[in-house]
Amino acid sequence: MQDPIVMAEAERIPFVAYIGQRGGPSTGTVIYSQQELNLATRGGNGEAMRLVLGPSNLQELYDFMILAFDWAFRYRLPVIVLGDGYLSKTMGSVILKKAGKVKAAKSILDFDHPVNIRNTYSQEEELSQIILRELKDFAAIGSKVEKSEVIKCDDAEVVVFAWGTVGSAAREAVEKLRKEGLKVGLFRPITLKPFGAQKAKIAVKNAKKILIAESSFGQFGRLVLESLFGVKDLSVERLYKPAQGIISEEIEEKLREMIK
Amino acid sequence: MSEPKYPKCVKIESKPSDFCPGCGHSIVLKNLGFVIDELGISDKSVFVTDIGCSLLAWDYYNINSVQSHHGRGVSVSTGIKLAQPKKVVISYMGDGGGYAIGLHHLLHAAKRNEPLTVILVNNTVFAMTGGQAAPTTIIGEDTESTPEGQFVEGPIFGPNLIKQVADKKAFIARGSVDNIPQLKKYLKLAIENQINNNAFSFLEILSYCPTNWKTNTQKTFDFLDTLKRIYETGIVDDEKK
Repeated sequence: MQDPIVMAEAERIPFVAYIGQRGGPSTGTVIYSQQELNLATRGGNGEAMRLVLGPSNLQELYDFMILAFDWAFRYRLPVIVLGDGYLSKTMGSVILKKAGKVKAAKSILDFDHPVNIRNTYSQEEELSQIILRELKDFAAIGSKVEKSEVIKCDDAEVVVFAWGTVGSAAREAVEKLRKEGLKVGLFRPITLKPFGAQKAKIAVKNAKKILIAESSFGQFGRLVLESLFGVKDLSVERLYKPAQGIISEEIEEKLREMIK
Repeated sequence: MSEPKYPKCVKIESKPSDFCPGCGHSIVLKNLGFVIDELGISDKSVFVTDIGCSLLAWDYYNINSVQSHHGRGVSVSTGIKLAQPKKVVISYMGDGGGYAIGLHHLLHAAKRNEPLTVILVNNTVFAMTGGQAAPTTIIGEDTESTPEGQFVEGPIFGPNLIKQVADKKAFIARGSVDNIPQLKKYLKLAIENQINNNAFSFLEILSYCPTNWKTNTQKTFDFLDTLKRIYETGIVDDEKK
């Protein structure tokens, strides 16, 4: 899978993938996990210039697929919608949108002025310069597309970090505890690449503790802690359940312990 | 001294090309260029290269081109043809990419009768990586990875293998860089079959690799003669023979 993604990155070819994460390593289960986050956000033998969306429910799954095609053609980058076994197999209602027209920024092949698209270089310096130029472009695109869901973080003493299906469970737990007056909040990155580090830092400005919940063992935690680098006096709790689902009650229980 | 005659579709500013002296790719590409000129399709063709020495042809022509991975050039070509059905898509690869790493792409494209022209240059080794044994390496052949000769496996007969799964309309043949009239004829038939019959074409071309064969001129010719005794040239179709 990384083979075509990195080639698309290098040649700036629009590329859309939906990945239904399975439990690993390797064949593991076909049921569910969040273990392909590393591969999706950091995979390949390059600088991982791809956009990764993490839907948390069926509506987002539908909406993000449309968005993925739009971004892929608009920015000529690989776009991954990172779902999981639950999202892939759940049946439910979705509000359909009127189909829009995907507009390519520019035609890739040009039959009046032929283009030779390649990803082969014989000089280190040449490739390095191209990568640096592409990274600059990627950063500019990243700042335009980066999205996160932030719930009640302004005065939160404990902020949960979760994404995808686990993000849905965390939202439910946070909303329930807020009704009881507990000062908890949620930070859910919608784009996992780019990750909204600035927004994450703002989300924890009044928090003393954070909880990282994920169905993998630190793949998401690493992204979170990287984004919070430099934030002081923050204790970290982890709810890591590799290849296993996390329900809202578990997050609720954990938050109750933390806020005591 | 007169200038060498190049096909019009060749991108002169990218020459000299990066192929080694004596390499057969230049012979194939030059003749493919003449056929493209003759058919008048340079402004509606897409040339897809693979990985391996074949990718050095990425800017050989003034024709839209895309570089892909080992054998996956066929799949990229399939996508281009789906998006641009009126264009002529030519997929160009070597035996390492087409018969070893990416064979399944080729077989399934043939099975689905994708309207593509696939050209596979067979020099019996993985040339770009230094001449290791490939599925096409013949019994007894010295390679970088079989320095005392390859005695483990017999050669792969690609066109015959593809014939097993291909549609009746498919054009399947093997040519050789030392028989230019036949080579040009097959190149033309392989492209015309895509244009006129909307069908799959596969052309394997036996080619020279003196760098990795470690042969001088005479021995290069001799080894190609040896290969031609094992890999029969011709159209793989009883009716067309």
